[in-house]
Amino acid sequence: MYTIRVDSEPFDPNHEVDLLRGEDPAIGAVVSFIGLMRDLNEGDRVDNMFLEHYPGMTENALEQIVKLAFERWQLQGCRVVHRVGELKPTDPIVLVAVASAHRKEAFQACEFIIDYLKTQAPFWKKEATENGERWVDARDSDDEAIRQWSQAGSDH
Amino acid sequence: MVQLRLFARFREELGVDSEQLESDDLRCVEDLLSRLRQRGGAWSRLLAEDQRIMMAVNQEMANPQTPLQAGDEIALFPPVTGG
Repeated sequence: MYTIRVDSEPFDPNHEVDLLRGEDPAIGAVVSFIGLMRDLNEGDRVDNMFLEHYPGMTENALEQIVKLAFERWQLQGCRVVHRVGELKPTDPIVLVAVASAHRKEAFQACEFIIDYLKTQAPFWKKEATENGERWVDARDSDDEAIRQWSQAGSDH
Repeated sequence: MVQLRLFARFREELGVDSEQLESDDLRCVEDLLSRLRQRGGAWSRLLAEDQRIMMAVNQEMANPQTPLQAGDEIALFPPVTGG
């Protein structure tokens, strides 16, 4: 059981987690990751950000990532919410919340999903900084995280 | 025909959101990439072999060897930066 949403409106991560943990009394652990917009990047003040995506493919890509996590760990539920459009500093960008009977599965699956989302889901950030607009560059460390998951194999 | 779609920095720098292309001699994505590079200018610069390019065919992640057929939607974009 999972829910995936791409949202152009601000969302409340706490509300999303409440919805997830209320879904099933077999849930014993919820781990959530909330990615927030910062007001500083690469040494420049960032006033706002635009998140572009590929409608249709985005939802499919997120669903595939969540399905991989369900195949790999014993999970009771998952919610992934990702903002698109205009964002302001302190806005939540993404929520990945994972529920399982025990904590280890939820911790691992949450990290797995955000690591894959970072390199496989078609979103692009454009920042408006004090020095003008610029597209954010992908980080090599994100690719490295994926390599580690694929080398780790099924380790639960 | 196939439909080409461009996103983010590629869409901005090439000034193209989407376009229809003849698919007769396109066996795989690499064939499309080489045809687009022949346009020169920003096309050959952004799609050069040493550039990091991501691609999707019919909204699934793909690679240069992914086969193409008429009616396919091919997207080219820079490495993703969500999350």
